[in-house]
Amino acid sequence: MKSTRTIDIHHITRVEGHGNIKITIQDGQLTEARWEVVETPRFFEAMLVGKKWENAPWISGRICGICSIGHTLASIRSVENAFGIVPSEQTRKLRLLLKHMETLQSHILHLYFLSAPDFLNIGSFFPLIESHPDVVQRAARIKQLANDLCDCVGGRRMHPTRTVVGGFTMLPEKKELVKFKIRLQEVSFDLRKTAELFRTFAIPDFARETEFVSLKGDGSYPFIGGDLVSTDGVTKKEHEYKLMTNEYLVEQSTSKWSRLSRESFAVGALARINNNFFFLHPAAREIGLSYGLRPICHNPYMNNIAQLMECVHVVAESMGLIDELLGMIWKEPRQVAIPRSGIGVGAVEVPRGILYHSYEFDGDGKIIQCDCVIPTSQNHANIQHDLRTLAAKCVSQGKPDREIELLAQMLVRSYDPCISCSVH
Amino acid sequence: MDDQNTETRTYLGVPLTRPRVAFFELSSCEGCQLQIVNNESTLMDFLSLVNVVNFREAMTEMTDHYDIAFVEGSITRSDEIERLRSIRRNANVVVAFGSCACFGGVNQLKNRFKDPDWVRRQVYGNHPIDTNETARPLEDFVKIDLRIYGCPVKKEEVEKIITHIAVGRTTVQPKYPVCMECKANENICLFDVGEPCLGPITRGGCDSWCPNNRFGCWGCRGPANDANIGQMQTIMKEHGFSEETMLDRLECFGGFTTYAEELRKNFKAKE
Repeated sequence: MKSTRTIDIHHITRVEGHGNIKITIQDGQLTEARWEVVETPRFFEAMLVGKKWENAPWISGRICGICSIGHTLASIRSVENAFGIVPSEQTRKLRLLLKHMETLQSHILHLYFLSAPDFLNIGSFFPLIESHPDVVQRAARIKQLANDLCDCVGGRRMHPTRTVVGGFTMLPEKKELVKFKIRLQEVSFDLRKTAELFRTFAIPDFARETEFVSLKGDGSYPFIGGDLVSTDGVTKKEHEYKLMTNEYLVEQSTSKWSRLSRESFAVGALARINNNFFFLHPAAREIGLSYGLRPICHNPYMNNIAQLMECVHVVAESMGLIDELLGMIWKEPRQVAIPRSGIGVGAVEVPRGILYHSYEFDGDGKIIQCDCVIPTSQNHANIQHDLRTLAAKCVSQGKPDREIELLAQMLVRSYDPCISCSVH
Repeated sequence: MDDQNTETRTYLGVPLTRPRVAFFELSSCEGCQLQIVNNESTLMDFLSLVNVVNFREAMTEMTDHYDIAFVEGSITRSDEIERLRSIRRNANVVVAFGSCACFGGVNQLKNRFKDPDWVRRQVYGNHPIDTNETARPLEDFVKIDLRIYGCPVKKEEVEKIITHIAVGRTTVQPKYPVCMECKANENICLFDVGEPCLGPITRGGCDSWCPNNRFGCWGCRGPANDANIGQMQTIMKEHGFSEETMLDRLECFGGFTTYAEELRKNFKAKE
């Protein structure tokens, strides 16, 4: 007797943006496993054409509501590289602190609010308010610290106001930073508790060998600018990013896809860690090792643990950054920007992976061409290949549909996709 | 979340019914919804006030039974029109949530190009892609009961408005401009430090969020009542800012479209 089973998830929940999972099993054989992206395009790369440079960070930051700080910083870096502006040490440290806090708030949002419910067999974090108030309060405490510090340095936690080409419109009060250092210390303890919680979760045992792409650390764990590297041994300069991303269009997605040495590659926390493990703070490395995560880890579900490791890293590094900033005599917040014609590229490691903004300017600083390559768009092909391998494995093991459905959704969520961002 | 304890909750001693609230997103960055979760310190109080039944970004459960729909984003593809109409059918109150929903937001910046095909090709080349020629606000397709302005929306304002809905009070939007709030905050005027600002003509209610950070207003909340655009142009000109700078700001979020289109015509004519 012929039998067809379908798993059809329309607009997968607890991810940013709109994507579908479709799996078809015929007579016990997998015939189709598709990751579809159905998000509407907004055409940021067209809308910036003809606009003056100062519009770029302000508008393109709005590609994403979760990682608007990362987009803003990548956009600023692209403009500064085009105009030959080198940010001061003060600006670089403040930007990195801001970047770290976006990473922390985004990872915590993903770990606690989007990912944890799967491991606890609930539909959202809301039931935890009644059942585990301490867990919810802890998540809120970490996230709030991160967001408050973003407000303090960037002016606003979302679509920041102080971050401009050349530096900042104004600087935080040093005494505020002192207070944040104390809160960061408290949060280090909360992160230890978070690691204990995640240790009780069963991370699915699945691996598919792939390539991992990220910035290449140069003396420290990379976040803003630098060379590009892959676990298959490719290295490129920042301005050569197109050789790393190789975008192409497919029928099943309104987002572009990417490839490098293989049919797909992955970016994100796991990719960064696979390429830069030894630049991580020792406490972060220790957490990874306690889960058996060492480079090169090919289990996509371990991206959750990789995010947790990065939370520990950015909190530790932020305390050091605050000390360094407090020890410096602060100068003017902002350098003057003088437009010139040329192309600038800005590569920034945002929570979901490496992000590129590239603009070409005319002599008046008007944008002639604009290109943004988003982490999640680089991950889509890898998600597709993982999904197919996972579904085939589940089918051959005779797993019931409900379990396949859950594992497939957890797979997509592990990438923490930012789908509307990927289509932009 | 279930309906338990509904009867026992009170506000200022008055028993409360928790409205069933749903969040939806059309073409957007989903940032306005995220502002709800970003509200760590007051999130629990907020959740005790309403019954969140639909919030795809945060929960798996979903339903078509809700009282208030918060709709973020603008309309950029035909299937979104149908989605919005079905939300309208299900909800008693439809809230246009954020500047994209109210005015088209940054998405409407593509509307300024005369050739929609050029816009498509610029991103997708010859690859077929389904999209509307223009990005539109929600009110172009359905009746909107309430607007919450801002890019992003300000969490304090959202909470105030939701509290008003929950206790059955009318919501009054500020008629005065951002400039007034900025003065009340005792900020130095940005024009005096050489920064352009649309504070004098933009609707207040954000507590002069951007100028507080020495960043001039870009008009994300649309025009204040009786906004004097002509006078704004004069101020900008007096302080040495070009028409292009004025236009960049007027057209950024879609709240000043009619003025921006007019200015663009003049600007192009001179070019």
